[in-house]
Amino acid sequence: MNKKTAITERDQTPLRLIISEFLDNRLAVAGLVVFLIIVLTAVLGPYFTPQNPYDLAQMDIMDGKLPPGAQSLDGDIYLLGTDEQGRDMFSAIIYGLRLSLFVGIVAGSLAVAIGVMMGLVAAYFGGKVDTIIMRLVDLQLSFPTILVALMLLAILGKGVDKVVMALIIVQWAYYARTIRSTAMVERSKEYIEAAHCLALGRRRIIFSHMLPNCLPPVIVVATVNIARAIAIEATLSFLGVGVPQTEPSLGSLIKGGFDFLLSGKYWISVYPGIALVVTIVAINLVGDHLRDVLNPRLRR
Amino acid sequence: MSVYLIRRLLQASMVVFFMSAIVFSGIYIIGDPVDLLVSNEASPEELARATKALGLNKPFHEQYFVFLKNALRGDLGRSFVFGVSAVTLIIERMPATLELAVVGMIMALVIGIPLGMYAGLKPHKLSSRGIMAGSIFGFSLPHFWQGMMMILIFSVMLGWLPSSGRGDTVTVFGIQWSFLTWDGLRHILLPALNMALFKMSLIIRLTRAGVREAMLQDYVKFARAKGVSGMRIIWVHVFKNILIPIITVSGLEFGHMVAFAVVTETVFSWPGMGRLIIQSIEMLDRPVVVAYLMITVLFIIIVNLVVDVLYSIVDPRVRLQNLKG
Repeated sequence: MNKKTAITERDQTPLRLIISEFLDNRLAVAGLVVFLIIVLTAVLGPYFTPQNPYDLAQMDIMDGKLPPGAQSLDGDIYLLGTDEQGRDMFSAIIYGLRLSLFVGIVAGSLAVAIGVMMGLVAAYFGGKVDTIIMRLVDLQLSFPTILVALMLLAILGKGVDKVVMALIIVQWAYYARTIRSTAMVERSKEYIEAAHCLALGRRRIIFSHMLPNCLPPVIVVATVNIARAIAIEATLSFLGVGVPQTEPSLGSLIKGGFDFLLSGKYWISVYPGIALVVTIVAINLVGDHLRDVLNPRLRR
Repeated sequence: MSVYLIRRLLQASMVVFFMSAIVFSGIYIIGDPVDLLVSNEASPEELARATKALGLNKPFHEQYFVFLKNALRGDLGRSFVFGVSAVTLIIERMPATLELAVVGMIMALVIGIPLGMYAGLKPHKLSSRGIMAGSIFGFSLPHFWQGMMMILIFSVMLGWLPSSGRGDTVTVFGIQWSFLTWDGLRHILLPALNMALFKMSLIIRLTRAGVREAMLQDYVKFARAKGVSGMRIIWVHVFKNILIPIITVSGLEFGHMVAFAVVTETVFSWPGMGRLIIQSIEMLDRPVVVAYLMITVLFIIIVNLVVDVLYSIVDPRVRLQNLKG
């Protein structure tokens, strides 16, 4: 795992070591590069897409269901074809990517924040607080993600904000469990004891002493969970309970095209599907390798 | 043992009660179903009558109390849309879902265990690496996408298998089954495979890890020293020992499979309870949504309970721990 010898002993900070180890794996680097390109495309999307899929005036229903590469009535070329409302798929996919990434990353980071808080609190205080929080975590994790998400969306209704909320509730428990188990180990270490002896405040001990030492496993879980959040959002939107079809996320685009799959108009659902899968696989490649790099057990 | 059983049963019923409160109070908040069911031109009197008939004019806690009382008798209300008992509606569609889940589980086990054993016995072969890479895809790609690709490849491009419905069914014990007819079997193959892929990946990884660990154990070395044939070591000595975790996980995953059927059933238009719940959420058919959630939650809790108890019976080490704790 650690073949890098070019860096001299003196220069080796843990962060540098991790970065150089990460860069050793070509597949993971490829994943990272692809992911960065995807993020860049999503962020800059509005500047180069030929159409704004939110703007109905830019669409022509006469251009509906055109195959990839076809010309519109005005002479524009539809690179990836159009859907049944005459929406340019290329633009729609990039806007869909924006929404999917937004939902995945926002839900992911909020879930990390809440989960880490709860996990640290449970580990630090122990006792009853710990029991209550962990019971809740166990209870939630004993049910399948999709059931919990479905339950929440049946309660909350459709919409981007609701999906984000459902994803946070579905995922915080993973982080809480992950960080609690590391924090339990850290809590009994000497530096925490030393911090107690210095009479440092609780908050300071938890956040500036315990937290940084508990982060590596959380980072690994977070990368994988962002991919999962994107997948769950797509699934819910595909089922028709997530993001409404007027706001194209990758899942709702796929749902829109799915009905036409059997009649041979594959591009309406297959291209957004490819965008979705490439995103998920890229994030997973990064996450998978991060796990190896950050795992202290695999370290010399 | 019985102390353990009683404690687990109590825990399980607590969870059921807790979930019923969440589900009911949650669903209670969503839109007023009366608006959807009564036509737009209905007069205020008609609206009031409909609200009263559905019991929606009572205060929240009263509604919940009535709900609980009825739930204990197996009555979760009438579907606003179909006008029949919500529980009956779910139960009618349950066999289709269970059939799908069982066939999927069998596929996952029958294909997953041999592949996992192969990958575990020959971890450095290219084919083993291929199996492991495939299992990563099985893990990380969304269910519905896998199903869609199956339809695209096997139904649209190759035209080998049908993409939707159950096909011909045979009625046995008053329930319709697809897997007993040739046409039904053709129909169930793709959706069951769709359900199986994820679990298959899990089982492959579990089996592989188990085999790699077991092969290093002393009992395997001893059997080899005794001159036991390689096949016998693998299928009798190793297999038996890796079976416990596989059975436990498969059991737990079976409950999850029934929930995940929502996705597969939507992709393949399989007329099970998963498709019903999606339609019911869309139509705000509150009693059916509540009934589905309660029945699925109950199902998963029962499966977890049975697996835990069986596990402690099969593995004496666990039993002793539980008795102490």
